Amino acid sequence: MLIKELTELNGVSGNEDEVREFIKKEAEKYADEITEDSMGNLICYKKGTSSKYRVMLSAHMDEVGFMVTGYEDSMLKFASIGGIDERILPGKRVLVGEKRIPGVIGSKPIHLQEKAERGNNIKQKNMYIDIGAEKKEEAEKLAPLGEYIAFHSLYTEFGDGCIKAKALDDRIGCAILLEILKETYQFDLYVCFTVQEEIGLRGAGVAAFRVNPDIAIVVEGTTCSDVPGAREHEYSTVMGQGAALTIMDRTSYPNKKLVEFMCKTAQNRNIPVQYKQTTTGGNDAGKIQLTRDGVVVASVSVPCRYIHSPVSVMKREDYESCLKLVKAVLDEFGSDENLIESFCV
Amino acid sequence: MFDLLKKLTGIVGVSGNEEEIREAIKEEIKDCVDEVKVDALGNLIAVKKGKGKKIMVAAHMDEIGIMVTYIDDNGFLRFSAIGGVSRYDSIGQRVKFKNGVVGAVYYEEKLDDIKNLQLSKMYIDIGAKSKEEAKNMVQVGDVACFVGDTVLQGDTVISKALDNRSGCFVVVKAIKELKETDNEIYFVFTVQEEVGLRGARTAAFSINPDIAIAVDVTMTGDTPESHPMEVKCGGGPAIKIKDRSVLCHPEVRRLLEESAKRINIPYQLEILEAGGSDPGSIHLTAGGIPSGAISIPVRYVHSPVETASMSDINNAVRLLVEAIC
Repeated sequence: MLIKELTELNGVSGNEDEVREFIKKEAEKYADEITEDSMGNLICYKKGTSSKYRVMLSAHMDEVGFMVTGYEDSMLKFASIGGIDERILPGKRVLVGEKRIPGVIGSKPIHLQEKAERGNNIKQKNMYIDIGAEKKEEAEKLAPLGEYIAFHSLYTEFGDGCIKAKALDDRIGCAILLEILKETYQFDLYVCFTVQEEIGLRGAGVAAFRVNPDIAIVVEGTTCSDVPGAREHEYSTVMGQGAALTIMDRTSYPNKKLVEFMCKTAQNRNIPVQYKQTTTGGNDAGKIQLTRDGVVVASVSVPCRYIHSPVSVMKREDYESCLKLVKAVLDEFGSDENLIESFCV
Repeated sequence: MFDLLKKLTGIVGVSGNEEEIREAIKEEIKDCVDEVKVDALGNLIAVKKGKGKKIMVAAHMDEIGIMVTYIDDNGFLRFSAIGGVSRYDSIGQRVKFKNGVVGAVYYEEKLDDIKNLQLSKMYIDIGAKSKEEAKNMVQVGDVACFVGDTVLQGDTVISKALDNRSGCFVVVKAIKELKETDNEIYFVFTVQEEVGLRGARTAAFSINPDIAIAVDVTMTGDTPESHPMEVKCGGGPAIKIKDRSVLCHPEVRRLLEESAKRINIPYQLEILEAGGSDPGSIHLTAGGIPSGAISIPVRYVHSPVETASMSDINNAVRLLVEAIC
């Protein structure tokens, strides 16, 4: 099960090795050539049968997590890597380093907190990670300074086709792209698995510079806020309503013709599709769009509730819609030589 | 003169939706240059060929505005800002969509304190009675600009989108009044400046010029109790020293200052404490491009009542022509 295997690997930004090795092994079966660049992006090239175009697909391998920054007695102090709501942290399970040393995030017990403290959220600087060490020396040995820490959360299926896992953002995109790699297309296809998205879209721009694509589609796990407390116009996406197309976010304004074309393609083929309603957040498309003399981009995502937490939740049918839509769009690119050019002004 | 400015300011051209303004500018200049092209992001690049210095002139075509994100059962629209839209300036304004639909911007009455005003508590009323009726008028993803007629009163222009159609006007006029020169000049009307100086970056990469000069607007310090700033409306075009995105290259600043002195026009020096501009991304592109800017002093930037002096705009045209030829 690709989604289970991918989400249970640890790959906090800057430490994507485990994920990269896994993807490389899978991709080797289908790609014509695999390049690992200096930042650690994995670029899988699939030679086309005829077309002159270069199409880039991109999903990021990294996930949000933590890093060991110091010690307080036998406990680890830690910093976040990527955007994490510190209020969700107390009581969470983590795995430290390559050896996956289990730990839990702890804080001062409630009965010892002052009245004023109880009324406020516990700050991350007042939390620690308990790895069961007895002494500082032992903690330092088990979890040296700079060691990466990932959420510990197992892939679980529940409800009507729901999946709970950590790192759905963006292993779900990685899973989709690995499926895409299995087929051959008319155009030259560059399937890129990028690094360091969560800390500033860093890998994607470098990968895009190397690939120099005519067009790029970013495949993501995106926010889904169809939950109590949010009003309908504040929902970013709705779970179960299909692949989510981005109209605009903080980092990119995807090519309107391409986005509209993708929406029409979905409708024509009865693939569930929705527009992402909010314009906050950003993804690799922002960097790819501005690479070299500009790239036509779009991004399509699987809605994930509780994103950037160890209990992200998605629906399998949304994954399938997203995969079908990417396949359908590539299929259309192949059937019409001039289609890609038509997205440019 | 004023007619062209009025034409340019009147067009709806919110960031990422520059199609109409691009066409209008293209029509104005296409017979005055050697080549006109549009790149993948939508930048309009007009080339005057030559064998001398390679100069990039950039003016962004886009303006701030709003995008529809949701239509409710009663036909009211919810929206996101595109670029630096002030929630407070937006209250009670009209917005206009490309298809001519006009809406009123207002906020939910239950709001207890105006300080808590957020865009998610605001809406646009287009007079639709139902979701269906609204959907026949606008779609999610459609953009609109603020309405603000262009008026000339003495030397003063009041209008929406002087940021940066006044800069576009300056570049269009400069193209028409270009003097004999051997320089190769790339006049770029850039896209998506208001959402992060985006178009200028890709255009600068493909052109890779020796120097770049942007024409944009700047704020002023000449209104009651305004934040102190040594720029005023009517004091002449400003030569940019810095803003939040760039420290202008001293050679470009010198070129502009010397040009202004040569043709004997008033000018001011601009040190902008807030905001960025296209040179911010241009100067960091490729191997680094010496960049600077001519700025038109504008009061109430990003409101529908942006106010400028026509003589500053005209002097900016003369300054640009002198600097690049």
